[in-house]
Amino acid sequence: MDFGFILSSAAGELFSPTTAAYALAALGLAVHFGYSGLLNFGQAGFMAVGAYGFAVSTLTFHVPFFVGLLIAVVCSAIFALLLGIPTLRLRADYLAIVTIAAAEIVRYIVTTNQLTSLTGSANGLAAFEGDFYAMNPFPEGSYLGMNNRDFFIRVVGWGLVIVCCALVWLLMRSPWGRVLKGIREDENAVRSLGKNVYSYKMQALVIGGVLGALAGMVFTLPRGAVQPANYGTELTFFLYTCLLLGGLGTVLGPVIGAMIFWVVLSLTQGVLYGLIESGAVTWLNTVQAGQLRYILVGVALMLLMVFRPQGVFGNKKELAFA
Amino acid sequence: MLKAVGAIFAAVAALLLIVAPASQATTPAPTPSPSSTSFQNSISGFLRGDDRAPLAGVTITAKGNDFTGTAKSGANGSWNIGVPTQGTYEVELDVKTLPEGIKLAEGQENPRKVTFSQTSNLSVIFAFGKGIVVQQQDFGQNLINRLVAGLSFGLLLALASVGLSLIFGTTGLTNFAHGEMVTLGAVLVFAFNAMSLPFWLSIILALLGGGLFGYVQDAGLWKPLRRRGTGLVPMMIVSIGLALAVRYVIQFYFGGATQQLPFAQSAEIQIGPVSISPNNLWSLLISVVVIAALGVVLLKTRLGKATRAVADNPALAAASGIDVDGVIRIVWVTGGMLASLGGILWAYYRPGVTFDMGSQILLLIFAGVTLGGLGTVWGALFGSIIVGIFVELTTVFGLAADLKYVGALFIMIVVLLFRPQGILGRRERVG
Repeated sequence: MDFGFILSSAAGELFSPTTAAYALAALGLAVHFGYSGLLNFGQAGFMAVGAYGFAVSTLTFHVPFFVGLLIAVVCSAIFALLLGIPTLRLRADYLAIVTIAAAEIVRYIVTTNQLTSLTGSANGLAAFEGDFYAMNPFPEGSYLGMNNRDFFIRVVGWGLVIVCCALVWLLMRSPWGRVLKGIREDENAVRSLGKNVYSYKMQALVIGGVLGALAGMVFTLPRGAVQPANYGTELTFFLYTCLLLGGLGTVLGPVIGAMIFWVVLSLTQGVLYGLIESGAVTWLNTVQAGQLRYILVGVALMLLMVFRPQGVFGNKKELAFA
Repeated sequence: MLKAVGAIFAAVAALLLIVAPASQATTPAPTPSPSSTSFQNSISGFLRGDDRAPLAGVTITAKGNDFTGTAKSGANGSWNIGVPTQGTYEVELDVKTLPEGIKLAEGQENPRKVTFSQTSNLSVIFAFGKGIVVQQQDFGQNLINRLVAGLSFGLLLALASVGLSLIFGTTGLTNFAHGEMVTLGAVLVFAFNAMSLPFWLSIILALLGGGLFGYVQDAGLWKPLRRRGTGLVPMMIVSIGLALAVRYVIQFYFGGATQQLPFAQSAEIQIGPVSISPNNLWSLLISVVVIAALGVVLLKTRLGKATRAVADNPALAAASGIDVDGVIRIVWVTGGMLASLGGILWAYYRPGVTFDMGSQILLLIFAGVTLGGLGTVWGALFGSIIVGIFVELTTVFGLAADLKYVGALFIMIVVLLFRPQGILGRRERVG
């Protein structure tokens, strides 16, 4: 077994664009669930809206990159408003069911054959990233062992993560953020102080949703393709695992959580494949090894929730639930 | 606590170990039709007269997307035109090249426009002979058939959602792992059947397996969590973890392929104005009988009264001498068995068994439960039937088949907008 290779590919996951996308989306969930107590199970839907909003406006309407970006962000904000109007007055478990249903509706709509010319149905869309890479300021060459394209998307992805983290941090220590945390702790107490709880929740839903849409774009740009199968309910559950790993009511928690999630997934894959290739493990094939990793994700999510709900960095007093 | 969590996984794994032979049982892939061209996409078909004899030497042309391709049907009547891109083509059969005495059937469009959908092969059927009239589905007929199919689907959803609703009513848990309990029933029948047990025994063992899974879940996981006073939202997230773990454990042993249960294929039969497959009819009857029996138990027996009391107010029920934990245990076992039965019927309705068949309908089950009102048994029954019928009927009224679940989910959101407690729910349940 080549431990050097396993470790280096695991370390590569630390700063991969996918990890950045997970970090951003989980940060959005931290705004929803960690800071406001909104149980949004539809983050995959927000990511899909972002990715498709960008891809469709680039491919069908041929808009420049930044207009596409703006359209994606606006679409996700509208999606958040549409979701929030019927559900924000309801109890947490209703919100969970409605958001997960809305995310599935988005996935069904971009999968349907009726809209193939627009969304590419199950095959998805491709070749919309040209404008993005055309802006690459790095000349060709090797940067830390990567080519200029891979390096550029990492710089942009992680730059976005840093900017968003700073924004969320500033927001949460502002008076606005304190009201939000108040809503999480006791909605009625905040209402009795004359605050419009509904409006604050809606703002939080929109902000977290926009982070999700940005995550969808960072997720899809390095792949050069967007496919509906990537945006199923499992994606949301993986994001919750990242969030709970790092810590709910924290800014850096989701980022560290996403890093841990992908490094552990990469390590287990490397070790399991190594064991299978070397013949040490014969009761498992490589396909099953992939499934074994996701069994571990599920078990980890359960154990985390039961034994350390505040995550690695969280504070038990800051939990969104008693 | 750790032991308990470990125990539940050991039990699940043990239960699923029996499924191991399943992954070896694979259905042979259909033999690919011979392709005469170098193109990736093809339009093809077989030409046969109304006496099933192959028609050879007939010329067929496909035109479209700046491309024209021609083929002659072979000795076995097969023809194949390779085309460079998927898209819409005009296919024309040259009537002059048909053998003497053979004519296209009445109503057969020629030339006709055909469009690729997702697959790289498109088959076109030309029907020949006098007697054949292409049947146009009558709208009223179609409506009645879909209504009955929807009722059958709704009732099998109800089996799962009544269990979910009972569990929610007595423990407050929104169980995201319920879809996996549905899958387990179908997978167990397949596994036992693959071990060449008789069909009836496989079904009974699968139902017992489902009940056991419910029991183990409660004893090993949910009861200790309730003891700790874990909140409802953390329990919901734990159930998501459980759902992921169990789903991939099932895939680990079962594989990613679709398998069929015995007797999955059956021709439709005609009963009065309705044409229905015998499997759907059985499914409908079984669901009705089981739900009626459950209703009698809930309304007439002491156990049923105790269950409703716990659902109403656990503390008060405990104070009046009801064994709350005992009732919840029975609810979990019943819920597991009902979900298994629902899963078996779902495997016949689809038809097919896959590792994610339960999670596919989890949201429809939720929709049924929330439509009727969370925590009420009759609401879950009522809501599920509405969802089932709605899903089937939307296709009659022109919604594409791949969007039929969207309608049901959308209706759920709309109902929550105007009547958040659900159709049969009480206002006080919504906070």
